[in-house]
Amino acid sequence: MTRRIVVVSAGLGQPSSTRLLGDLLATATTDALLEGGMEAQVEVIELRELAHDLTNTLLAGFPTGGVRPALETLAGADAVVAVTPVYQGSYSGLFKIFFDIVERDVLRGTPVVLAATGGTARHSLVLEYALRPLFTHLGATTVGTGVFAASEDWGSAGEADQGLTARVRRAGTELAALAGARVGSGPRDPFADPVPFEELLSGG
Amino acid sequence: MQFGIFTVGDVTTDPTTGRTPTEHERIKATVAIAKKAEEVGLDVFATGEHHNPPFAAPANPTVLLANIAAQTDRIVLSTATTLITTNDPVRLAEDYAYLQHLSDGRVDLMMGRGNTGPVYPWFGKDIRDGIPLAIENYALLRRLWTEEAVTWSGKHRTPLQGFTSTPRPLDGVPPFVWHGSIRSPEIAEQAAYYGDGFFHNNIFWPMSHTKQMVALYRRRFEHYGHGTADQAIVGLGGQVFMRKNSQDAVREFRPYFDVAPVYGHGPSMEDFTRETPLTVGSPQQVIERYAAMADEVGDYQRQLFLVDHAGLPLSTVMDQLEILGGEVVPALRRIADARRPAHVPDAPTHASRVAAAGGGHDLTVHGVDEVTGASPEVAR
Repeated sequence: MTRRIVVVSAGLGQPSSTRLLGDLLATATTDALLEGGMEAQVEVIELRELAHDLTNTLLAGFPTGGVRPALETLAGADAVVAVTPVYQGSYSGLFKIFFDIVERDVLRGTPVVLAATGGTARHSLVLEYALRPLFTHLGATTVGTGVFAASEDWGSAGEADQGLTARVRRAGTELAALAGARVGSGPRDPFADPVPFEELLSGG
Repeated sequence: MQFGIFTVGDVTTDPTTGRTPTEHERIKATVAIAKKAEEVGLDVFATGEHHNPPFAAPANPTVLLANIAAQTDRIVLSTATTLITTNDPVRLAEDYAYLQHLSDGRVDLMMGRGNTGPVYPWFGKDIRDGIPLAIENYALLRRLWTEEAVTWSGKHRTPLQGFTSTPRPLDGVPPFVWHGSIRSPEIAEQAAYYGDGFFHNNIFWPMSHTKQMVALYRRRFEHYGHGTADQAIVGLGGQVFMRKNSQDAVREFRPYFDVAPVYGHGPSMEDFTRETPLTVGSPQQVIERYAAMADEVGDYQRQLFLVDHAGLPLSTVMDQLEILGGEVVPALRRIADARRPAHVPDAPTHASRVAAAGGGHDLTVHGVDEVTGASPEVAR
């Protein structure tokens, strides 16, 4: 059974190191799934392309333009790679806007790997104090290893067992394990499966 | 098929002149708009219920509707919406039955939960109970209309012991009820359960969403045995601005759209018109757009337009009603009547409901003692 990996990237540059980190994580997850005999399909939500539509969505109250397909893609994910640049010590505003409009329970139980990029490794705990609480609120299952890539990480191989490549591989393996084991039921669809009125009437 | 207008009674500054109407002007304008709607041949006038500025919609729609009933002969008076959450169902039963008598049956109503969170505490309720209130209150309201002596207890109001709501519904037939909801499947389920109407006020929503809500209601209407899915009673909202030449409509409406409290500063007018039912253009464009709605949701019974919004002056609203009644609605009516299969019903009216009940029955509850008197039959 093919697993759907969805990368949500809030990078603004083109090319973007944030997107690059997202791609590395998606590849590592795909590789780990393949080793376990599972196919993977990767889809990328580039928030840069949705920036105007996301603002319009906040103002209009309904998903405009490309936002609706993006939300549908996210809802169909077996695993999510969430990656943002660090601005002012936290995730970027664009990243937060996107997750602000995700409906309740859409990500409940979905495995997510947290990742961020920044100029200096001094920001690396952003994964723990900013991203992880956000995804805990959304009910997602975050994998233990988050990946922070500082500028210096891109230029150095690092120690074989602790450089960026190794951290990406570890996170991808953890995400693949959860995605592979996931029984993909997703949240109850209130349209396909409404609560019967007798139940509503009896206060159930 | 019924065509009409609904108003939310917003008091909005006209951005082209900077002038804001007074509440008095807005209220009088609302009555004038309703009378005009009848004059141009529309079938329904519906008013919102509001409890906060910048709205001059009535806190109790029956006050406004009774005034309009006294000045009109034919148009059906309705609401958009009546708050089933924060109003006491006892008052709703009494007030709307009274309005039925005053208007000779020209009344139905649309239940809603309100769109302003603070309205709940203003009436001693909790917004987290929105759905349970809508369900319990409506179940009680139905009993108050259909049963003469109601003994009831529930979670959200004090119990009733042998209570009789007066006056009794006109001809023994309560007003037809629509349930309006934009996002809650529970309300579509409620409408389906009772075989009531379901109104999707889609003015800020893409058709894909409207379609999903209506499809759920239709499927469940059939499930509960009220008829086939395509016989369910569906209403839609919409909003239009028209001039003979579409470019004139666009030019005239844009300054209103761009700063309107509900539209402004977000998607462009072009994006908004593409994604929602808002149509700004020639009457022919409006006809084509709205005639196609039935392709998405099936043949439906009621189409209400919002035309008095965004600070448009009364004279412009009157022009819009002329175009609606003179050109647009007759064409839409022809198209709808031609495409609708015979087994799909019209929207229920008082007359059709009385006929379905096998004729009208006066249910006046007369006193049984010497002081309050006996029924006319006994007295005679």
